[in-house]
Amino acid sequence: MSEKPVAGTVPDEKEAAALEAAFDAHVAANGKVEPRDWMPEAYRKTLIRQISQHAHSEVIGMQPEGNWITRAPSLRRKAVLLAKVQDEAGHGLYLYAAAETLGVSRDEMEDALIEGRAKYSSIFNYPTLTWADIGAIGWLVDSAAIVNQLALCRCSYGPYARAMIRICKEESFHQRQGFEIMMALCNGSGEQKRMAQDAMDRWWWPVVMMFGPPDANSPNSAQSMKWRIKHKSNDELRQAFIDQTVPQAEKLGLAIPDPDLKWNEARGHYDIGEIDWEEFFNVVRGNGQCNEQRIERRRAARDEGLWVCDAALAYGEKQRARKRREAA
Amino acid sequence: MSRSAARCTGTKAAGAPALFQYCLRLGDNALVLGHRLSEWSSRAPTLEIDIALSNLALDLIGQARMLLSYAGEAEGAGRDEDALAYHRDVLDFRNVLLVEQPNGDFAHTIARHVFYAVCARAMYEALCQSRDTTLAAIAAKAVKEMTYHERYAGEWLVRLGDGTRESRTRAQAAIDRLWPLTGELFETDQVENELSARGIVPDMSGLQPLWRARIEEILARATLARPEECPMLSGGRSGHHGEHLGHLLAELQYLPRAYPGAVW
Repeated sequence: MSEKPVAGTVPDEKEAAALEAAFDAHVAANGKVEPRDWMPEAYRKTLIRQISQHAHSEVIGMQPEGNWITRAPSLRRKAVLLAKVQDEAGHGLYLYAAAETLGVSRDEMEDALIEGRAKYSSIFNYPTLTWADIGAIGWLVDSAAIVNQLALCRCSYGPYARAMIRICKEESFHQRQGFEIMMALCNGSGEQKRMAQDAMDRWWWPVVMMFGPPDANSPNSAQSMKWRIKHKSNDELRQAFIDQTVPQAEKLGLAIPDPDLKWNEARGHYDIGEIDWEEFFNVVRGNGQCNEQRIERRRAARDEGLWVCDAALAYGEKQRARKRREAA
Repeated sequence: MSRSAARCTGTKAAGAPALFQYCLRLGDNALVLGHRLSEWSSRAPTLEIDIALSNLALDLIGQARMLLSYAGEAEGAGRDEDALAYHRDVLDFRNVLLVEQPNGDFAHTIARHVFYAVCARAMYEALCQSRDTTLAAIAAKAVKEMTYHERYAGEWLVRLGDGTRESRTRAQAAIDRLWPLTGELFETDQVENELSARGIVPDMSGLQPLWRARIEEILARATLARPEECPMLSGGRSGHHGEHLGHLLAELQYLPRAYPGAVW
């Protein structure tokens, strides 16, 4: 890494072209980029956008599941769900820290979220209606997240890749707890099975859409692949998720709400029906059922907590002043 | 309660109802306070505080599970932790009034926690010496947790008290509001007297001076005033709670009540 140029230097045009060529060659050879290394401004911006969106998704994602912490049906389920939602807060923290290495502050990122300038995963704008939704989120949403994040463990940006490795370990535990909830429901009463199927019906398509628009219609994909931020395309990741999830749904005895879903022997993959991208973009644009509610909760937490942060800062300042007086 | 205490005096086997009652008291305190803290999830002032409050809640729910399981064993009627948590109504809950109080603002949550944690730490410390090996083992785990709770909540109270004018006003209001609920923490009755005489549980009235000294120390560091002596409220231990507990239980117990017999 020592021969790589460092951040903070302002190169002229010729030097910039050389730096960029060296950078491209470094990432093409699967080299890692670290915070102090020189990087193209567009690479930095892309990563800030992606990592902060990822952090926001973790933090907003606490809400739909948190909705059931106080109503979990046993003390064991309650403890597990609380620990899971707590993990998500922790993931949010690692990711904000990873983004901060690129020169943006957590306050700026949080303000962008609350002011509607930053996006997060649209999946969290759907409501959790029944306990089965907690199973479905763990099983389906976390499965999809793992497929995405496993690919990101090889991301060219070192702090992001390392955060992903740690997060993936915890996500696999989350996925198992979700599947376990679904198993209990699917082995339970008729009412419980109905809950499970209804959750499947509502969550399936939004989860399939989590991987983003098809490759042909994904504006940032090609550049991100070239920079080795992404290693697999949206469609490849979506296919991997579907192929691994269909047999799990069969094991649970749940029907997947897609009449066109079928095994394609020639491709060696499942084919699926047409995705309703209108719905996807509608929710991304802020018209989902819970968009406002989710942001409102974050705003309330920030605004109602300001006096607490101010108190801690004031106390710290008083302590320092006392020490200075004692030393004088 | 007084009737079950009367029944259990004398023979060894008759100790079980007292032990059952005692474990319910400790278990319900932990369950109700753990539930309250879990309500903060995704609402706390910062992500760090969110994570910390979840930790406190997880410790308490863990303690509740052990204590309610052991209560069920002592009762011998086949009730497990979930039967006890989800299928008792207000009159049979044995927690003190302090822990069922709504979270309020962060100052109220912290003041409530300081009052409880300082008491619970002293109580579990003494309970480590119990002649009941199960209770001693539960206490050995809980005392480590409550030592951390006391430190976390105590340090926050100091920051709120000695922070800004607003935080100080809020902290003092919380202390004053919750103070009349602290006397109940040290009430004793026949159940505890009987178990205490047998070396199974500590004498809570003996722990009160310790609690008082520790609270005064924290309040002094926080530059907060200790409230004037005032009449204390009680009733939680005998099932006579405030209005808040019923709502908390309605939420906590909703699923198992709505789908009787279902396994989750």
